[in-house]
Amino acid sequence: MFKPLEKKLAFLTAGLLTFVSGFAYAVNDLPGGPAVHQLNLQAAATKVAEEQHYLHWMMMFICVGIFVVVFGVMFYSIFRHRKSLGHQPATFHESIKVELLWTIVPFIIVIFMAVPATKAVVAEKDTSAADITIKATGYQWRWGYEYLSGEGNGINFVSTLDVEQRQMSDQGAKGVDIDNYLLKVDHPLVVPVGKKVRIITTAADVIHAFAVPAFGIKQDAVPGFVRDTWFKAERTGDFYGQCQELCGKEHAYMPIHVKVLSQEDYSAWVKSQQESKTAAADNTVALAQPAN
Amino acid sequence: MSAVIDTDGRVAGAHDHDDHHHAPAGWRRWIFATNHKDIGTLYLVFAFTMLLVGGVLALLIRAELFQPGLQIVNPELFNQLTTMHGLIMVFGAIMPAFVGFANWMVPLQIGAPDMAFARMNNFSFWLMIPAGAMLVLSFFMPGGAPATGWTMYAPLTMQMGPSMDAGIFAMHILGASSIMGSINIVVTILNMRAPGMTLMKMPMFVWTWLITAYLLIAVMPVLAGAITMTLTDRHFGTTFFNPAGGGDPVMFQHIFWFFGHPEVYIMILPAFGIVSQVVPAFSRKKLFGYSSMVYATASIAILSFIVWAHHMYTTGMPVTGQLFFMYATMLISVPTGVKVFNWIATMWKGAMTFETPMLFAVGFIFVFTMGGFTGLILSMAPIDIQLQDGYYVVAHFHYVLVAGSLFAMFSGFYYWSPKWTGVMYNEARGRLHFWWTMISFNVTFFPMHFLGLAGMPRRYADYPMQLADFNALASVGAFAFGLAQVYFLTMIVIPCMRGKGEKAPQRPWEAAEGLEWEVPSPAPFHTYETPPKLNADATRVVHA
Repeated sequence: MFKPLEKKLAFLTAGLLTFVSGFAYAVNDLPGGPAVHQLNLQAAATKVAEEQHYLHWMMMFICVGIFVVVFGVMFYSIFRHRKSLGHQPATFHESIKVELLWTIVPFIIVIFMAVPATKAVVAEKDTSAADITIKATGYQWRWGYEYLSGEGNGINFVSTLDVEQRQMSDQGAKGVDIDNYLLKVDHPLVVPVGKKVRIITTAADVIHAFAVPAFGIKQDAVPGFVRDTWFKAERTGDFYGQCQELCGKEHAYMPIHVKVLSQEDYSAWVKSQQESKTAAADNTVALAQPAN
Repeated sequence: MSAVIDTDGRVAGAHDHDDHHHAPAGWRRWIFATNHKDIGTLYLVFAFTMLLVGGVLALLIRAELFQPGLQIVNPELFNQLTTMHGLIMVFGAIMPAFVGFANWMVPLQIGAPDMAFARMNNFSFWLMIPAGAMLVLSFFMPGGAPATGWTMYAPLTMQMGPSMDAGIFAMHILGASSIMGSINIVVTILNMRAPGMTLMKMPMFVWTWLITAYLLIAVMPVLAGAITMTLTDRHFGTTFFNPAGGGDPVMFQHIFWFFGHPEVYIMILPAFGIVSQVVPAFSRKKLFGYSSMVYATASIAILSFIVWAHHMYTTGMPVTGQLFFMYATMLISVPTGVKVFNWIATMWKGAMTFETPMLFAVGFIFVFTMGGFTGLILSMAPIDIQLQDGYYVVAHFHYVLVAGSLFAMFSGFYYWSPKWTGVMYNEARGRLHFWWTMISFNVTFFPMHFLGLAGMPRRYADYPMQLADFNALASVGAFAFGLAQVYFLTMIVIPCMRGKGEKAPQRPWEAAEGLEWEVPSPAPFHTYETPPKLNADATRVVHA
């Protein structure tokens, strides 16, 4: 189970050196994926994700506000009402008025929070009237994509983590400075910009989860059942996600890469896919028998 | 037993006779223990041992995550480590530790001579040893320990080796032990209170444990059901969670979290109880809003049964389901807020001193509340879609379980250990332990919020390079935190247990109230063998 001692020692030394040299990783922000020292949610690429950002900021402001007030009072008390300052303890220990107040006011605040959240839930769950429907099937440990309706109908392929990157991970990722580490796949999911894409999720073995943070979507893929979610990308580009439900040993190695193309580029991609029927046939075989 | 109400420290002479009859010496004292104080000690020692084991697993996880790439363990072992860290901490450390506190303090606080079922008490403790051993030793079984995460979601459990069955068996035993312990606590509290100790005069720790014990009795059988179905799915051809036979994997999650969410409150309500006793003692003021504290605790317990699916927003619930669980979850923040406000109102205009128990109690309020806020943020289904199964969730539940439950237990240890051991802990060391723990805790877990917001999923052995620095920081903090607890064990707990230190007076804390301070330090082997006569508010023994 454990790697040889030398490797561990080497790691400890390397780790220490890295620590001393100020955690030097020469990587850049990954557009559509994580940024270096990122403090907030990934930049939104859909209306739904924008709404989530807004809600998160709203909650942060309310929570920080309450935090400052409540702990302002507590720390004032801590610094002023000390025995060492000669403060005499008061004797009050109940007040119906105050207690009703701090039950009712939080209740009202919670209702204020719930209203916009409700709207967002309803919007997120509306998967009707999609332009394109794609089935995403979770396998241990890769994603299978089948275009079920809309432009591109009939295309299907399997998307697997780049083999070299998987090996880099095993080798300790020493000296690796790549921006899309663990996020590069052989065949990204391709969709057009500005179209409502419905993703139907299912799985072949255990539960996986299809997630793309920039789109604000995360949907478990449950074997034997279908679930759905949707997104409408507002801009072209590459967007990344990772499997979000523990699915076995390679859980960390089944990324999701969504390539959002302009309408013309997408049509061209669909054409090229449908022309190379042989490739599609190969992939069907792969879909039917996912290798372990 | 006149010595019980003796205040002048002539303990030894008065008790020799009784001890001779009731307390077997040597190993028999512990194997055949029926005394609530001995069993309490056993629980606490067991829990701390498991805390260290679970802590070592956590440090292995953090060592692996110190840098991107795999350096120390392979992904399979990594999953085993996260699983066993969770199971051992929840079932081996936090829960038994609170039962240990209950065993020690509940009879003392209500003026009872012992727990209601002394032999069952022994049995419920000693059942934990084989169960705990089975959990820890599952690493050495063929295929290693279970690697499903502590939540044991189907159908991943179907792919596990024999250790999964061992784990299920261990859970069953621990569940039986918990149920016995809970029945014991309920019966003790309801039947063995000293005359005059009415329900609404009970100390908050007793109240919170009464409610916790009911929660345990209600939900441990549910967990047993879920894991039994897993077992029969694995070996006896049933298909509860197998869609090929008409089952549903998501049903496991519903059943598990119907247990799992009340379980969260099982691990925090006794902590509320401890803090509700420490804060008034060091503020030299009565607890503000005692009855609203009791009602708030009961409301939290009741609400905890109708919020379980907020762990499952991403499983694909209908809109109405998401909305119901979102509203119910947000509602819990109201009684929880009431508790925090009451603690602060208790401190307000008090005459505070900051000995170590108070430091940990104030630290608890401060840091636990942060975990409460992140809980409120997570309860919002649209935001949770971003954060579910990520590091933000990891940060959140460590803020409420470590800064919540564990800090409260540290507070309780410093508060009551003079009564247990008869010596005062070293105050300077206690303070060092507090600040060291508080700072390293935040260094470990605060960066995890950022990792979660950036999209790092939990239970990942490797991660994109952009997330390297916060992970490194968290790992450094984790090792400092671990070291702080080794310091606590070697420099504070062990000297106290050996009786080294200043002798503790009967009332080490000027304004601490309650019947536990009416007996000498250390508490004699037998206390309150005859029901004491209590004063009007049931906080003092009236000397005849």
